Formats: sequence, C-alpha cells, structure tokens
Amino acid sequence: MSSIEEVQEEIVSEFEILGDDKESTIYYIMELGESLKNFPDRERVEENIIKGCQSKVWLIAEQKDGKIEFLADSNTDITKGLITLLLRVLNYRSPEEIINAKLNFVERIGMGNIIGSQRSNGFASMIKRIKLYAVAFQAKKNV
Amino acid sequence: MGLDITKIRDQFPVLHQEVNGKPLIYLDNAATTQKPKSVIEALSKYYQMDNSNIHRGAHTLADRATRHFEETREAVRTFINANESAEVIFTKGTTESINLVAATFGRKFVKKGDEIIISTLEHHSNIVPWQMLCEEKGALLKVIPINEAGEIIFEEFEKLLSSKTKIVSIVHASNALGTINPVKKVIQAAHNVGAKVLLDGAQSSTHLEIDVQELDCDFFAFSAHKLYGPTGLGVLYGKREVFESMPPYQGGGEMIREVTFEKTTYNDIPFKFEAGTPNIADVIAFKAALDFMNQIGKKEIKKHEDQLLQYAVEQLSQIKGFIPVGTAKEKVSVVSFNINAMHPYDVGVMLDANGIAVRTGHHCTQPLMKRLEIEGTVRASFSVYNSKSEIDKLAESVRRIARIKNK
Repeated sequence: MSSIEEVQEEIVSEFEILGDDKESTIYYIMELGESLKNFPDRERVEENIIKGCQSKVWLIAEQKDGKIEFLADSNTDITKGLITLLLRVLNYRSPEEIINAKLNFVERIGMGNIIGSQRSNGFASMIKRIKLYAVAFQAKKNV
Repeated sequence: MGLDITKIRDQFPVLHQEVNGKPLIYLDNAATTQKPKSVIEALSKYYQMDNSNIHRGAHTLADRATRHFEETREAVRTFINANESAEVIFTKGTTESINLVAATFGRKFVKKGDEIIISTLEHHSNIVPWQMLCEEKGALLKVIPINEAGEIIFEEFEKLLSSKTKIVSIVHASNALGTINPVKKVIQAAHNVGAKVLLDGAQSSTHLEIDVQELDCDFFAFSAHKLYGPTGLGVLYGKREVFESMPPYQGGGEMIREVTFEKTTYNDIPFKFEAGTPNIADVIAFKAALDFMNQIGKKEIKKHEDQLLQYAVEQLSQIKGFIPVGTAKEKVSVVSFNINAMHPYDVGVMLDANGIAVRTGHHCTQPLMKRLEIEGTVRASFSVYNSKSEIDKLAESVRRIARIKNK
C-alpha cells in the first residue's frame, strides 16, 4: 500500500492534468464520488453527521486488524467526490499514521478556489473528525 | 420601446468582469443588487467633502450632511408615498425594522393569549422576532398555510383572524419563490378585527410600485441594498399614530428631548426611533439609488423584469429534469428550481464555474422548504440590468448540468 505522502502526490498530479478549468475539475470530483462505497441507511443518524453549511456528511469508523476503516456519504455529489479523495489518503491506515498525517493535497490542488470557503470549512471538519476517530482508537488500544 | 440595457449596465462597474474565466452573469439580485456608479460616488463624495455628524451642528459641514440626510428621508417618503417624512425611520435593514416593531409595538400591546399571524412563506427574519415575542408574552403564533403553487390560502387566513389577533406580519413578495401576496385583501381583513399589519417589503420594494397609503399597511419594512443602495441600511415606515403610540426602541443620543437623572422625555418621531449616530453615509448615498430607479421608472423596471421572468421560465421549462418550485400566478422576477436527482448546492457550484451567480439552499425559509418537502432550491433572480442573452446562457448551462443525471 502506498504511503500517505505517495497518495497525496498522485492526487496532486491528477489535478495538475485537469488544469485551470473549474467546470471540468468539478465534473471530475463528482465522478470520483460515484465510486464511494454504499453507506448503511441505519447509520444515517444525527450523531454521525458532520455539519457543513449546505451539505450533510455522514461518517462512521471501525477498527479492523489495527487499521481503521471509514465509511462516509453525503447528500451532495461534489462533497461525495471530496470524501472519496480524503478516504483515498486516509482509509485503511493505523491510528498512528492518521494522527501523524500531514495533509497538504487540499491546499496544493487549490481546493479553496474550487469549492469555496464555506465548503472548505466543512472539509476541515471532516478531517478533524477523522483524526478524532484515530485518537479514540489509539487510546482504546493503549488501555 | 424597451429599456436600453447596455446603457444601464454601463452604470454598474461590478458587472464588467470575468468570473472563472467567463463573463459574470449576476442573477443573485434577490440577495442583493449591484450598485450604480452614482451610489458609489455619493458614498465617496460624502466622505471626501461632507463628513460630519448630523443634527445640532453649528457648522457648515454638519448642516450640509444633515440636509442631505433628510433629503433621503423625503425621497423615501415619495418612493413609498408615505403621508409625511416623519413616518420614515432608518434602521440597519429589514430584519432590524421587524425586530423594532416586535420589541416596541409588540412589547407594549401584545398580551398573554393574544395571537400574531405570519405565513408559511416568511423569511426567518419575519418568524423569529415574533417567536421571541410570543415566548416572552405567552402569545400564540399562527401560520397561514400555502397551496402547491406557493400562494397563501386566503380562506384559511380569514379563519385564523379573531379579536385575539394583534399583529399580522406578512411578506409582500416571497424571497424564496417570488410569490406576490394579495396584501391589500390581507390588510383589510386584518383591520376588520382590529389587528395591525406589517409588510415585509424586502423583495417587493425593488420590483413593485409601493403606495403605503393606498395599501393602508401600518408598517412597511425594507432594505436599501436590495434597491441598488448601500448595505447595512433599512427603512421602517409606520403610520404616525401607530409610531406615536409605541415606546422607543433603543435609548441614547438623538432619541431624547431632555435627559435628567430622574427622568428622560423622548424626541418626536422619527428621531425617537433613531438612537445614536445613524448610518449617515449610506443614508445619503441611498438617495442616489432611489434617483436611479426613479429615472428609469418603476413601471419600466417591472415590465423589463416581468419579460425576463417569463422568458426564463419558458427557456428553463424545456430542460429535462427541470423542476420549478413556486408557480404562483403573481410573481416578482424570481425563478426557484431544482434539477432532478441533484443537490441545489452542486448546481450552484457548477453554475459559478460558468460565471453565473445564483443562490442555493433554503434561502432562510426553512419552514417553507419543509412544507414543500425539499431541502432547498437554486434561485435565479433578475434585475433591471439583466438581459435575455444572460438568461440564454443560464438555460444553456442548466441544460448541460441537468444532463449529468437526466440523460
């Protein structure tokens, strides 16, 4: 499995190919979202929601063989695409890897310009929630 | 003869720019309109030449600023055909205007068990102040239901009216759907039971000719920034006898006649409701906005906007997956819609990529969205400087976006 740094490099080069055209970048992000794994309906509950301004995100996590598996979904296609990117970097990794991850692909692909500042805040909340899960799982392991 | 849109657009510097590599198409006018050069210059001129605190100044600048400030009040009076300029109060915006009425008239006259009527179409700013008042007083908030087209059901409104009704506060034209309410009928019916009526004119004031005397409303609230004027400035019209019956809103300078530590007597209207140094620059610049509208003429503006609305509905309705939201017979130039299987926010972001500015979401009308069983809409709203060719571009972009999920 590629390292967090390697996956981020991959994403950055994919977005470089797309160039400056905002419309095609958005289409690309939406397409990415289509590959998102099915999210169980029973988990679409208030405590799993990460609230953004206009879109909802549901996120759950489970620990398997020392790695964390995240499942997430959103009610908007662009956000689904963003989740796909984020999980491509952080899914199936150990709590330590996630806690220590230095995420720079978000700035490097110019996410703020693509999705606007309000959605960028929502994206930051998503990263925060993922890291919190990692901290919680690590604490559990150390008990 | 139609309006010379190119000439009108030349007066709006902000419109002449590219967004995301495309010419800006600004269709978010129900949120705020752009400002003509004359307004921007009036603001600049005030700070460069006339800046001074108004009223009670013995010097020339103070006199000039005061005169210009009061000239705007008179221009607003004419604009809404109030009986006298003392019936025009400057506030921060429609929201503050409504809060002022709730906090003064409401606090004084609404008692336990009384009722306040609003409609399903209301913006949060015409819901929450009344909820707060009802909570404080033990009064009841009643809501006029709407039909599928997004029109209030008048017969249901009549059923809600009784001698308990103290205030009917209703939107003149809906910000989310564009529906124009039959406010004249509403006002008459409310007056028959002795209730006072506040009209939320945030949207209607820019599109429709307003005659508060003919309407016979007790209060009319609107914001300057939706009428090509500066932000942070609003108006509250109230009938003299109603204003005089109300206690002041805030205490401070300007609103007093005489202050001693034992007792304060209050100034006459309108000053009684304008505590503190007001938003002088924006008030003065607002006159330039009213002049701009008067030069074109409200009738001509409405005619142009109606044509745009009709054209937009015709063009958009042909698109597979287009779902109109709000199909009232009487509407201001607002098209609210959804695209089948798509979230309004995604549609908004994609339109922005095409240089088209629209608003998406619940438009601060969550109870209305709940009633319509939707999360939100995409809203394109048209103004005097918009053109048919811009609507063609909107339709072309919406068609391309809709195709993603509606092949």
